Amino acid sequence: MAELTYREALNEALAEEMDRDDSVFILGEEVAEYDGAYKVSKGLLERFGDKRVVDTPISELGFTGLGVGAAMVGLRPVVEFMTFNFSILALDQVINSAAKMLHMSNGEIGVPMVFRGPTGAALQLGAQHSQACETWYAHAPGVKLVTPATPADAKGLLKAAIRDNDPVAVMEGELLYNVKGEVPDDDDFIVPLGVADRKREGDDVSIITHGRMVHVALQAAGQLAKEGIEADVLDLRSLRPLDVDAILETVARTNRAVYVEDGFPYVGIGAQIVSILMEEAFDDLDAPVLRVTQADIPMPYNKKLEAWTKPSAGRVVEACKKVLYAD
Amino acid sequence: MPTKVRMEALSPTMEEGQVVKWLKSEGDSVTSGDIIAEIETDKATMELSARGDGVLRLILVAEGATAPVGDVIAVIAGPDEDISQFGASAGAGGPAEAADTAPPVAAPAQPSDAAAEAPAAPTTEAPTLEGPPAVEGGRIKASPLAKRLAADAGLDLSAVSGSGPAGRIVKRDIEVALTEGVAAPAPSPVPSALTSAADYEDLSLSQMRKTIARRLTESIGPVPHFFLTIDVDMGRAIEARHSINAMLEKEGRKISLNDLIIRATAAALRRHPACNAHWLGDAIRRFNRVHIGVAVAVEDGLITPIVRDADAKGVAQIGAEVREMAGRARERKLKPEEYTGATFSISNLGMFGIHEFTAVINPPEAGILAIGGVEETPVVENGQVVVRSRMRITMSCDHRVIDGATGAAFLATLREMLEEPGAMLV
Repeated sequence: MAELTYREALNEALAEEMDRDDSVFILGEEVAEYDGAYKVSKGLLERFGDKRVVDTPISELGFTGLGVGAAMVGLRPVVEFMTFNFSILALDQVINSAAKMLHMSNGEIGVPMVFRGPTGAALQLGAQHSQACETWYAHAPGVKLVTPATPADAKGLLKAAIRDNDPVAVMEGELLYNVKGEVPDDDDFIVPLGVADRKREGDDVSIITHGRMVHVALQAAGQLAKEGIEADVLDLRSLRPLDVDAILETVARTNRAVYVEDGFPYVGIGAQIVSILMEEAFDDLDAPVLRVTQADIPMPYNKKLEAWTKPSAGRVVEACKKVLYAD
Repeated sequence: MPTKVRMEALSPTMEEGQVVKWLKSEGDSVTSGDIIAEIETDKATMELSARGDGVLRLILVAEGATAPVGDVIAVIAGPDEDISQFGASAGAGGPAEAADTAPPVAAPAQPSDAAAEAPAAPTTEAPTLEGPPAVEGGRIKASPLAKRLAADAGLDLSAVSGSGPAGRIVKRDIEVALTEGVAAPAPSPVPSALTSAADYEDLSLSQMRKTIARRLTESIGPVPHFFLTIDVDMGRAIEARHSINAMLEKEGRKISLNDLIIRATAAALRRHPACNAHWLGDAIRRFNRVHIGVAVAVEDGLITPIVRDADAKGVAQIGAEVREMAGRARERKLKPEEYTGATFSISNLGMFGIHEFTAVINPPEAGILAIGGVEETPVVENGQVVVRSRMRITMSCDHRVIDGATGAAFLATLREMLEEPGAMLV
């Protein structure tokens, strides 16, 4: 085990997979000469050369399409989006090409590629650069989606994504890149897609979440523990495929759940989780499932309004007490 | 909109009620909260209050007739409001017709001919087809988990009061109801005092205890009973009763042997808390207070009024409470909180000439004493046959909670206290 930042863990994953498999290559804006906007591809141009680490024009639809084409003919491209906000420009290639190709080619043409970059709001980047894009990707059958919250999960999930034969989006977080944690240094360490992880154990209430919100949930759980309430924090890690068994297991134990995400509430990931709980865990529920999300508005630039708009540990604590009938 | 007066669940186990008396007649004006009828439940005669303002327009269930909980038994409406949907035609629907036949209840879901012919069907009326008994004029709100737990335990939700938002019944309400008996409809100081966590201790079940519970339940049924019998020499207890009664005579009070038995049982339970317990299914609840249920025969049944904190009360007070509650029990006037929440029970059939018997445990309690009569019996003492006043006590134990040796130790203490009543003071 080594202590790495989330950023270094991703870099290790890329280097190890490029080393292991010649068909893996990286493309995106400033990934080569500049080492990536967030330095995730640091040193890779020098190590693997400009055929495998490719700077592209500012043209998300174009280079994403290039990636899809390369994957169709046998390469394993890793497309970096400077942020997933910009990938909205490329959604036609993601949804209409990458996600549907296997289906439309009667199973003959797979698209083994990875889309990666940060999702969610950082700090004061304005409405257009501060949104969680999970729902855009999770909505369409054919794309897998993972959201690592820790350095170990970042490395293990990115490696699993590169090895997977379907298109996989790996959504990171700008505020996560400097988070440190223990990471196994085994070259074949992977975190399988579709397996959730219990980040904290408790039997009173289930906080189910993904991505950076795992840290907000853990902070809330710490506050609740001071009041004698033990929260189970379930990090989904993978939104497609989804670990439904883990969700049902925690709710069967606690009988109450709160979903935390930094996306919009309307038709959000949490809405999907609530639907599953209604269908499969109805008789286990002692309270309606609540969601803590970004407010249903474009992100304000004003610092205080931004803080108010985002989910916070305080709001998670409040929701947990509500489902516990403890307020 | 007319207010339907429904047969309400006035006792925890009530399924139907008999209208003893209408206190308002058709045509009387009523306001919400007015007592409009006396209803006899399975346990007591209770008062039914109006839950709407207006005129009592229609009585659908006559005095003496019964109706299932939830059924409409009368209608309150404005003086000129259309109530034809309830099958009311001018001057018809007199209550007398319905007297002793089947419940003549107009179920709103099955419109009578009159309603079917009415041009304006009551489409705005909320469907009541499968609604549970009306409480506060609406359906019972309970979380899905609470409903499942109640169904598993055979608990009637209409007898449980909800602590969640808008009175929603949630898991903790079911847990309270299962361990302490269902709560009274009105707030009462006694049951709330019972809910204090300091009053009991929940012991988690050891693997051995779980195995004992499972195996013995498989063997005998839901409550695995076993029975322990002792003979008690009641000579000293009879003397104690005489001297206490001599003291009480000028106050016009007296005690019975049964009062002494209640007091001795409570004192013995205090020393053997393992017997003063409830079986919760996944835990054993051991109580720090002793509430003795005393079985009282009433016409067509029995009921167990409770002497609370019997270990801390004088015999005269216990006697007074038992006689007062037994009197009201026979008149069916006991409130639910007066007969739910015992930690242990006593059934005494001595006065009926019963020598010995076994009593059936009242779950979730773990034990009950069956007291036989005091009889002059030849007994061998020091090689001599002498005549003694003997009484036989059989204790029924829930083997999931109480083992043979535990019950035997409790009975030994009880015998010691009855054979030497002074021991209760030690």
